[in-house]
Amino acid sequence: MTGTGGSTAYTAGPLLLGVRHHGPGSARAVRAALDAARPAAVLIEGPPEADTLIPLAADPGLRPPVALLAHAVDEPGCSAFWPFAEFSPEWVALRWALDEGVPARFIDLPATHTLAWQKEVDESGDGGADGDDGLDGDDGYDGDSAAEPGPEPGLGPDPVPRPGPGDRVRVDPLAVLAEAAGYDDPERWWEDVVEHRGPGAGDPFAPFAAVAEAMEALRERYGAGGRPRDLVREAHMRLRLRDARKEFGDAVAVVCGAWHVPALRERTTVTADRALLKGLPRTRADLTWVPWTHRRLARSGGYGAGIDSPGWYGHLFRAPDRPVERWLTKVARLLREEDRIVSSAHVIEAVRLAETLAALRGRPLPGLGETTDAVRAVLCDGSDVPLALVHDRLVVGDDLGEVPESAPAVPLQRDLARRQRSLRLKPDALERELELDLRGDTDAGRSRLLHRLRLLGVGWGEPVRSRGSTGTFRETWRLRWEPELSVRVAEAGVWGTTVHAAARAKAEADATGARALADVTGVAEQCLLAGLPDALPVVMRVLADRAALDTDVGHLAQALPALVRSLRYGDVRGTDTGALAEVAAGLAERVFVGLPPACVALDTDAAEEMRGHVDAVHTAVGLLAESLTGAPAGEAGGGADVLTGTAASGPGEGTGVPAGTAGDDAQAPARVGGYDAGAGAAVVAVDGDAATGPARGVGSPAAAAAAAATGAGAVGGAGGGGLRGRWRAVLRVLALRDTVPGVIRGRAVRLLLDDGALESGEAARLMGLALSPGTPPAAAAAWVEGFAGGGGLLLVHDERLLALLDTWLTGVPADAFTDVLPLLRRTFAAYEPGVRRTLGELVRRGPAGRPGGTTAQGTGLPGFAAEPDTGRADAVLPVLRLLLGLDAHLDTVSAPARTPPPGATREEIRTAAPGSPHGDRLTGVGT
Amino acid sequence: MSVSVEPTTAAPDRDETAQALRPHAEHAFAAELAALAAQDDRPRPARWKLSPWAVATYLLGGTLPDGTVITPKYVGPRRIVEVAVTTLATDRALLLLGVPGTAKTWVSEHLAAAVSGDSTLLVQGTAGTPEEAIRYGWNYARLLAHGPSRDALVPSPVMRAMAEGMTARVEELTRIPADVQDTLITILSEKTLPVPELGEEVQAVRGFNLIATANDRDRGVNDLSSALRRRFNTVVLPLPESADAEVDIVTRRVEQLGRSLDLPAAPDGIEEIRRVVTVFRELRDGVTADGRTKLKSPSGTLSTAEAISVVTNGLALATHFGDGVLRPGDVAAGILGAVVRDPAADRVVWQEYLEAVVREREGWTDFYRACREVSA
Repeated sequence: MTGTGGSTAYTAGPLLLGVRHHGPGSARAVRAALDAARPAAVLIEGPPEADTLIPLAADPGLRPPVALLAHAVDEPGCSAFWPFAEFSPEWVALRWALDEGVPARFIDLPATHTLAWQKEVDESGDGGADGDDGLDGDDGYDGDSAAEPGPEPGLGPDPVPRPGPGDRVRVDPLAVLAEAAGYDDPERWWEDVVEHRGPGAGDPFAPFAAVAEAMEALRERYGAGGRPRDLVREAHMRLRLRDARKEFGDAVAVVCGAWHVPALRERTTVTADRALLKGLPRTRADLTWVPWTHRRLARSGGYGAGIDSPGWYGHLFRAPDRPVERWLTKVARLLREEDRIVSSAHVIEAVRLAETLAALRGRPLPGLGETTDAVRAVLCDGSDVPLALVHDRLVVGDDLGEVPESAPAVPLQRDLARRQRSLRLKPDALERELELDLRGDTDAGRSRLLHRLRLLGVGWGEPVRSRGSTGTFRETWRLRWEPELSVRVAEAGVWGTTVHAAARAKAEADATGARALADVTGVAEQCLLAGLPDALPVVMRVLADRAALDTDVGHLAQALPALVRSLRYGDVRGTDTGALAEVAAGLAERVFVGLPPACVALDTDAAEEMRGHVDAVHTAVGLLAESLTGAPAGEAGGGADVLTGTAASGPGEGTGVPAGTAGDDAQAPARVGGYDAGAGAAVVAVDGDAATGPARGVGSPAAAAAAAATGAGAVGGAGGGGLRGRWRAVLRVLALRDTVPGVIRGRAVRLLLDDGALESGEAARLMGLALSPGTPPAAAAAWVEGFAGGGGLLLVHDERLLALLDTWLTGVPADAFTDVLPLLRRTFAAYEPGVRRTLGELVRRGPAGRPGGTTAQGTGLPGFAAEPDTGRADAVLPVLRLLLGLDAHLDTVSAPARTPPPGATREEIRTAAPGSPHGDRLTGVGT
Repeated sequence: MSVSVEPTTAAPDRDETAQALRPHAEHAFAAELAALAAQDDRPRPARWKLSPWAVATYLLGGTLPDGTVITPKYVGPRRIVEVAVTTLATDRALLLLGVPGTAKTWVSEHLAAAVSGDSTLLVQGTAGTPEEAIRYGWNYARLLAHGPSRDALVPSPVMRAMAEGMTARVEELTRIPADVQDTLITILSEKTLPVPELGEEVQAVRGFNLIATANDRDRGVNDLSSALRRRFNTVVLPLPESADAEVDIVTRRVEQLGRSLDLPAAPDGIEEIRRVVTVFRELRDGVTADGRTKLKSPSGTLSTAEAISVVTNGLALATHFGDGVLRPGDVAAGILGAVVRDPAADRVVWQEYLEAVVREREGWTDFYRACREVSA
């Protein structure tokens, strides 16, 4: 195989050009060899079904990087990609054939079979594969290991999901050859001997002959190298090659992975090859061109080709000469654009350093490693930060391919059309409103589809406020299909082949790219709305990382409620929320640590905002603690969802919160809710197993009451109780620290009091302290706002507190009164009319008018009578039974059992209604 | 011997006594240098004692064809040594950056010893380093007696290195005041040092080069002007890559220091040492050892050298006030002091770490309690 003329190229039969996929040196060599040999036909490793798509490659609208996408017609999620970059030898061969008017053909095993193989694996294997980890994601090519630059030899050709380390040992031919040559890094060896060779003079066929010889030796030693499917593919290649030779004679060039060259040269019989191909599974496959990106080429998993440095390869391929000088100049320009001072002198020094380094390392030319070291030492002052930019923008690069409109539709479009049909949701250019009732399967499916499309940037539907109904199970959308949405769908095709897979990939990418913590929580919520629980692990991971690095407690405090909401929402849906809970707990801990230092030295507005955060965190912690302890009852499903939803919409204070309720557990102990609510609007909840579950019932069946008595100390299980305990400690710190603004201190006292974590005597002491004459009236008013804002029933019932407030108010000097008036007005105007009136009456009556006062209540709880009014309590039961669908056996409960056990303090009653006054806000799962 | 941690700024007093007790690199490893020179057949830049390749081998260790074993002087990425040696060969000056305790001085000394056979042409940078230390001074008695002359001139190490084509070293370059730093610009770009008083100049001979070390995490340093910076190729020396290597370094140094302080060896201390190293690494890297949780990093450097001093301190506590066994309580206060440098921000970082990581970790309960106690 020596000689330069076309006539001598075929002395040994067809011209076999063994390459490494995506190697710029290989690409250059292929072009030179084709120019020299001028074959009558070019055969390329790739799915033969794509033959009809070859002419599209001549379309100026088709710009690499692009990929051939094959997908099963009936199942767009099952797909395979064959990426082509500008510097891919296959692409070069394709373009050469088109430019010269020579027929080109793909000769690899048809996608029909590879997809069917993949399907088999999907079905038998990990199931979850949505096509993403299918196919050799690497380039569909491959097999040849020569193609595989990655250290993972397994990323091979066969369309098998990425083999784990436990798979059969596969031979990495590159590594074997490199080791023989004394290189420890196979990649570097290949670069040195093949890719970095310039467009030198000399025999254009020599490199291929040498590589083929080396591969031959390897194949003799290792056979198929642990890839039995290669044999099948090679049999098919041989058959196609035979057909081509019949048609064009020997003047045929084959561009394939170097690994396959010996197999194509092998002399076998047609029958033997056909036998190998017999009985292969098949599935109907459809192919098209899709745009690709350098970033995806660089991805080692999924569809990536496992090329670390597509930008560098592209540069090597494009640069006519002096690649290192040109590269470093490019780097310098990039750094200059980013406002780093880089002079030409820097570039000169960098080139010198790179070249000397290459000499020291014994390499013929500086490679990426040497230039990177030089860039770091000279241009980046040794810092890796600008270097990361260079890597991102240049070494990998932003190149985005283009595909002409005449290319066949992408599978995402088909999948969307299919879904539109099955959900009976026609794309319509006319704007219309759509009301969805999420309790129905179809409507829920529609909602998910619309949410997913929104995630993908296909703005077909915009959610609008529901009219009339406040139910969380309703969604209203405004739909309008604009023609350019089809383009959006096509663009979104890079994310995946089905709406689900694409939305998931997009959500993961969004989360990874999000800057602010709140954005990530937003994505998390969107994931839940769009029904993408499989994207959650990635999103959660990003969230945990962001939360760890965010120094603004405000951000964390904002993120926590959304997260807890998501957690409970996930609970209700029965999705696995373990990761979510862990992240939420971690976030809570960070808030606990960061909150006290963040609450000092705040001005009025900031303090007001922080009070909002404290409230939000308080409610979130209550829910979170409950979620952590209460066993999530998966089977409760949708029923619980609706129940929670309705509870949420109720305005009442002290609404108890159902945990994941086990609806069929008859033993459900009733929890009496809110102290503020007086009689206690009770919503019932909780696990049936009173012994192990958190025993928090008051007025519950006898068994549970006993458990409550014994387990009273250990409110909540270990996890949740601990969390709540630590939060109370934080609140206590806030309540006692003088440098904390009054509004936050007051709020902290109130929250502790509501939680029963503070004796009312202690609360009165703190209030007295805050309202003592030494405190400036404005600060005291702020304290009052924090303490009494948001619910006045407490003041109605605790006369001591009201008296303190009254005394303070009457003691405010006249000139200061106008200053504090707006604050007070804001505080009290928010009360319900009934409360306001009662308060007014109480104050008008004066201390003397209050019969009994606090002292008369003796040991009883302030606001409660000494003895429970069992008659009134009983009256609630029928409604409860009705609500919960409980049967008659509640009737058997004796009245005394329903009264609080003697040992039960207000703490238990309190904890029975975790979120009391504000529970309503958070329970609204999905509102 | 594979020491990659040498006390520099962390313990200057100790360092000086050690200097006096310790031969220079070119003497301590004279045999290795001679063996390398004998078998080095690669091209050597002008006035280099060894080829760049042999210099790299001298630092990284290896076995020569005749079986001579070269001990590694620096344990770390090969790339770093290669870039450093290559820089010296291209006649660009070399700037070694890194937090204290990353063997900057150690590497610079050995580089100078291997390249020029002399590591003593040294300027120690301080806030008070005058221009004379870098350019030249005068012997005033002679100056007054005989007027300005070559004899009255006192050359600086840099000047001598220029005249003789040797490698000069500047320690702690960023501690030197900015105007004094800038005297280096002419030396590095024009390779000449004018002496206007005599109407002469000293031109650098081929083979002259300069290695500077600097600390990039310290406060109160004088950043290099961009004109000066441009004359340097920068190599950042990293902290030890793996936890095991770091534990190893810490243990060895603690043993050495302990001996000089007459502290008993604490065989049971290895667990605490590992713990200290883990805490330092995790906070420094901003991620837990299992790679699952990100953390905020405190403002301190938390270098290996600091880990060494925390452990030494703990040993002293255990010996004199405890039962001689290193326990969590002995190191907790030291760790707190090393981590919390900024009372507001670092305290939050530390408490987050305690609550989010330490509390949950198995077998760390004692440590958590000890830390809670000192942090409260």
